[in-house]
Amino acid sequence: MAAIESALLQTGRLDTLARQDTAVHRIDPRAKVITTACFVLLVVSFDKYTVAAMIPFLVYPLALLTVGRVPPGFVLTRLALVSPFAVVIGVFNPLIDHEPMVRLGPVVITGGWLSFASILLRFLLTLSAALLLIATTGFNRVCLALERFRVPPVFVVQLLLLYRYLFVLAREAARVLRAYRLRAIRSRGVSLRVYGSLVGSLLLRTLDRGQRVYTAMGCRGFNGILHPSIPLRFRTVDAAFVFGWCAFFIVARLYPLPQHLGHAVLEFLS
Amino acid sequence: MSHHLVEARDLYYAYPDGTAALRGVSFRFTHGESVGVVGANGAGKSTLLLHLNGCLSPGRGAVRIGDVQVTRKTLPDVRRTVGMVFQDPDDQLFMPSVREEVAFGPLNAGLAPEEVEDRVSKALETVDASHLADRPPFRLSGGEKRAVAIASVLSLEPDVLVMDEPTANLDPHARRKTIDLLRSFHHTRVIATHDLDLVLDVCTRALVLHHGQVAADGSPADVFRDEALLAACHLEKPLRMQACPVCGTGD
Repeated sequence: MAAIESALLQTGRLDTLARQDTAVHRIDPRAKVITTACFVLLVVSFDKYTVAAMIPFLVYPLALLTVGRVPPGFVLTRLALVSPFAVVIGVFNPLIDHEPMVRLGPVVITGGWLSFASILLRFLLTLSAALLLIATTGFNRVCLALERFRVPPVFVVQLLLLYRYLFVLAREAARVLRAYRLRAIRSRGVSLRVYGSLVGSLLLRTLDRGQRVYTAMGCRGFNGILHPSIPLRFRTVDAAFVFGWCAFFIVARLYPLPQHLGHAVLEFLS
Repeated sequence: MSHHLVEARDLYYAYPDGTAALRGVSFRFTHGESVGVVGANGAGKSTLLLHLNGCLSPGRGAVRIGDVQVTRKTLPDVRRTVGMVFQDPDDQLFMPSVREEVAFGPLNAGLAPEEVEDRVSKALETVDASHLADRPPFRLSGGEKRAVAIASVLSLEPDVLVMDEPTANLDPHARRKTIDLLRSFHHTRVIATHDLDLVLDVCTRALVLHHGQVAADGSPADVFRDEALLAACHLEKPLRMQACPVCGTGD
């Protein structure tokens, strides 16, 4: 329960980070959304055994991290929290795929290990980019950008409210759990039978709250479209941000930069 | 401005599960009147409030705001006239920042951005929350949340303010600030509450509900002196009107 509460406070930290004023924060949210989308698409488009060619892509999250003054520890702990998903997806590859791909002296690296590493790297790149997008933009401004891109308002409103009420719902869940634990002194954890009714009561509360929130919105004239009051201005800097980064991503995608760099170094040495 | 009138005629309402919440409620609140709606839990206070701006439609009877009867067609007008502050501010504060929260109503009403800006700063100033403008609403304290919830309704410049338990869950200082704020308004105010001292402070009229019917309607001082009535309606004299057990003063 303490873990839930502290995780929630950390969610607040994302908002605090997003309210900083740096060069990255000042970039129009639309520019950052396009750039991040382009980044993610190109990263996932790599062949399943690619590892080295993806490394130049690390520059983008590292740049956002440094210029946007986001503490690296903040990003890393969050990545670590969700990393089990990526590990579970890739962990069986080394057992299934025994095809030798790379020989480093006596060490043979199989295709399975390569694809596993590739999955982890993709996970690291895409997730850190998404996280940094929010940490340097703010969730509401990301949603605002989506709205301007004509993403159906239904989805944008859903996203915004999900983000807003995650906090409230998790706190409600924590209260229910605390009440349970105080009266179930001997039992460890929540038994399956009780678990069902706990989740059920939480669902009912959620529905109730949903109804109340909707009523409150209706009272202030809500008609399905949010009108965020933040005006957006797409400046030359924003365009430069998009084109500069996207050009870099495309070059890095088409040409294996580390390989070229290696060749260049070798040529220089010989 | 006849907009400030709130009139209910013989309201009946039953919830879908068959619970009769209102059973023939009638009243007429006039311009600038401040009315405390009191009664036991389940007496029908919240249900009544939800009728005043059309969140619920009566099974029988009608509500009129000024010259307009509350119907599906007049809903947009009614909601601009009647501002509703909910009991749990978390239900009402859903935008990512206080400023956007307060701007939500005016933007939905289709006002120009400069006008919206004006109204937001005015509303925040009124509730003494200008310094919170850029904070996310869910990180505020209970008292601050309440103030912002009130501002988010004031920004629509309603003629009638309807509030459900405005002082619930507040610390004494925040409660006092809310009471002072409510006293400073010139709107027609309808306040449902268990805080009878608040009614003495703010209201010129008290409407006692009991089992979905009006049990009493009069000046708070008169209504709260009727001990038999209060007992029948599961109420108690406001603390201020009770004998003080510590210093032995009072009546």
